[in-house]
Amino acid sequence: MADVAAPRLELEQAVKHFGAVHALDDGSITLRAGEAHALLGENGAGKSTLVKILGGVYRPDAGVLRIDGEATDFSGPAASRDAGVSIIFQEPSLFPDLSVAENIFMGRQPLAAGRRIDRRRMEREAHSIFDSLGVHIDPARPARGLSVADQQLVEIAKALSLNARVLVMDEPTAALTNVEVQRLFDVIVTLRERGAAVLFISHRLEEVFACCQRVTIMRDGRFVRTAPIEDVTIDDIIRSMVGRDLETLFPKSETTPKDVVLEVEGLSSVGVFDDISFTVRRGEIVALAGLVGAGRTEVARAIFGIDRYGAGSVRVGGRELPNGRPKAAMAAGVALVPEDRRQQGLVMDMSIDQNVALASLSRLSALGLIRHSSERRLATTWAEKLQVKYGRMRNTVSTLSGGNQQKVVLGKWLAREPQLLIIDEPTRGIDVGTKAEVHRLLDGLVAGGMAVLMISSELPEVLGMADRVIVLREGRVTAQLARAEATEDAVMRAATGQVAAA
Amino acid sequence: MTAGAIGREIDGRSWLVGLLRAREIGIVLLIAIVVIVTSVHNSHFLTANSVQQLLSGAAIVALLGVGETLVLVTRNVDLSVGSVLGLSAYVVGDLFKHEHIPVWSGFVIGIAVGMVCGAVNGLIVTALRVPSLVVTLGMLYVVRGVDSKIVNGNRIDPDAIPNSFTAVGYKNILGVPWLAVIVAIVVVVVGFVMRSMRSSRELYAIGSNPDAAALAGIPIGRRVFSAFVVSGGLAGLGGALFLALHAQIDNSGGTGYELTVVAAAVVGGVAIFGGSGSVVGAALGALLLNTVSQALVASRVSSFWNDAIAGGLLLCAIAFDRWLSLRVTRSLLSAERSTA
Repeated sequence: MADVAAPRLELEQAVKHFGAVHALDDGSITLRAGEAHALLGENGAGKSTLVKILGGVYRPDAGVLRIDGEATDFSGPAASRDAGVSIIFQEPSLFPDLSVAENIFMGRQPLAAGRRIDRRRMEREAHSIFDSLGVHIDPARPARGLSVADQQLVEIAKALSLNARVLVMDEPTAALTNVEVQRLFDVIVTLRERGAAVLFISHRLEEVFACCQRVTIMRDGRFVRTAPIEDVTIDDIIRSMVGRDLETLFPKSETTPKDVVLEVEGLSSVGVFDDISFTVRRGEIVALAGLVGAGRTEVARAIFGIDRYGAGSVRVGGRELPNGRPKAAMAAGVALVPEDRRQQGLVMDMSIDQNVALASLSRLSALGLIRHSSERRLATTWAEKLQVKYGRMRNTVSTLSGGNQQKVVLGKWLAREPQLLIIDEPTRGIDVGTKAEVHRLLDGLVAGGMAVLMISSELPEVLGMADRVIVLREGRVTAQLARAEATEDAVMRAATGQVAAA
Repeated sequence: MTAGAIGREIDGRSWLVGLLRAREIGIVLLIAIVVIVTSVHNSHFLTANSVQQLLSGAAIVALLGVGETLVLVTRNVDLSVGSVLGLSAYVVGDLFKHEHIPVWSGFVIGIAVGMVCGAVNGLIVTALRVPSLVVTLGMLYVVRGVDSKIVNGNRIDPDAIPNSFTAVGYKNILGVPWLAVIVAIVVVVVGFVMRSMRSSRELYAIGSNPDAAALAGIPIGRRVFSAFVVSGGLAGLGGALFLALHAQIDNSGGTGYELTVVAAAVVGGVAIFGGSGSVVGAALGALLLNTVSQALVASRVSSFWNDAIAGGLLLCAIAFDRWLSLRVTRSLLSAERSTA
């Protein structure tokens, strides 16, 4: 491979503002043929905005975009596609009513005589792309009901089918298994050998080191630096991304747990989980660990009353909660921050202050009418406490970055001043800097006497933050470990069922 | 995943396709049941003459249903079709009476009047981004108002309309009414286009996920605009056929058709929130609604029940769709879980 290939795509000092929010102040990147290029930065650093400019979704307010050395201006997504740029966006964007094959080839369906769509050929071609990825998805089935991972694979297949000269992937691996990620890397290698330029965005730094030749780092909407991957270390990258030394990702202060807040006894639900018992005390973080599908989220939902359980009991502060009544759980001082904040945690089209106030409406209303001034006051207080970065309070939450959205969800529940906070995947899809902030926040809450039940798939987070770890495997508790006993090895053994050591 | 997993997915799919196909077949069966049950009570119900009447009566709603399907599929709605039909029918009749235009041009002019109305709808919806519900509701009244102004208390009587034009309304070819033949041709042609042309598949994409459609580079505005123009054009053709069928027209032609048309499409399996449904289904839905109302007449049930029963069918159709989509989602999810 040539050391310095000609730049295939160059973006220089692109600017994009949305009213008061400066989404991008200096977006610059140079992608070369045959090279995989990583774009790194915290959430809100402007990566997704830059991607949308490359995809023709946004038009930059200023700056130059060159394809093969020639200045261009994308009038829309179609223009970007025609220039050979293919993009896998962060959020899968499929047509649920149409077949998988049609999703892949929309607008470019293979034609037979009379400009009629050749369905059989379309499905055959989709099939061969899936084969190259090593996955089995029936091209003729509707996209509705595909898992997030499969949706992501369809998006990848779509991008590959374009034979793109520039392939941009905005966090394509977030929902994929290791095997699928490996396959994707193989595909990236093939594409590079064919001379394509690849832009790869991921929060998993080990993936970046595994498949990229060059990195560009952004912070606060600005280009920071570009360097060959050999010349940087993980510490370098994190320092450049955050702009300061990260004191510690897991600030955990010693606390002495006090009285029991949550008692779960013999909780069972047929086919989901079985005989779950544990307690959470004031001033401690208890982590529910385990593999995906072990039943952790389901246990949390049952405790909060979203799903009904078959047997067992849940007591909060000594009083038993009725089965299947979230309102009663809320009244007893329980708050649940769900895993999927877009779907379950936020009303994306409502403003920031309305979202924060949503769980406290009864407190904010008089005679059934909501007082907007107190809504605004409550929201401002919490936005400041949680350091939410926002343009205006009345902007919709969909304008915020992932990390800031998570803070809004947190604010919404903390505004109720709960005694028990159940939080499912507190930092999924959040950048390193905000992660540390969320952790510090949780630490502060427990120090203030709250009880926290945390579900996390990230082992470092579990080990770093939890006072006690409860490991689930296939719906059963396989280990309860104190902070001192909780090592990576012990948790993984319990989670995978090799309990010999425990 | 294993080979077994693929097999299961394909099984799941054929089951699914079966159910979806069953929608059209199900309506045909339902029509057959209504016809058989009614003819047991009333032997006149199944004579050639009454079947011909049944087809003619359903034809115009079915035609409007075809255009409505195009609009509904894009997650929009066209409520102006009834008024557009009325306007086009009167304009054509008026031209026959005063200008003595040739017979063929009656159809062309009818379609043209409809397309103009559809273009106005489409332009306001796409360029000004006003919800189509509001725009076409407004058009419903505006067009009706314009119609009343033109009609100005007059009416067009049968003697003003050429015989060869009204022949389309009452003559048969091989025992099938001309009206039904014309509409069937439209259904087949548009049905084929909706299934097999790139641009019409984009209509489904737009209704299924508008954001994704924009990302995919689909010219949403142009496509939605075309859907409204086609819907208007077919409503205009419907106006000409309406005139041919009734041989007279005043300012009330087509009043209330819009809801019958939407109901027919929904009963026929067109999703009210876009993304799915076929023109064949919408046409069959129209036939079912008309069959039921004729059956009530033949069974001497008070015509007051007519609307209630049509409404009941509509609710059943929507409940069925909801149930079906839940079932499908669940079966796809469980297939996935067992392969994971």
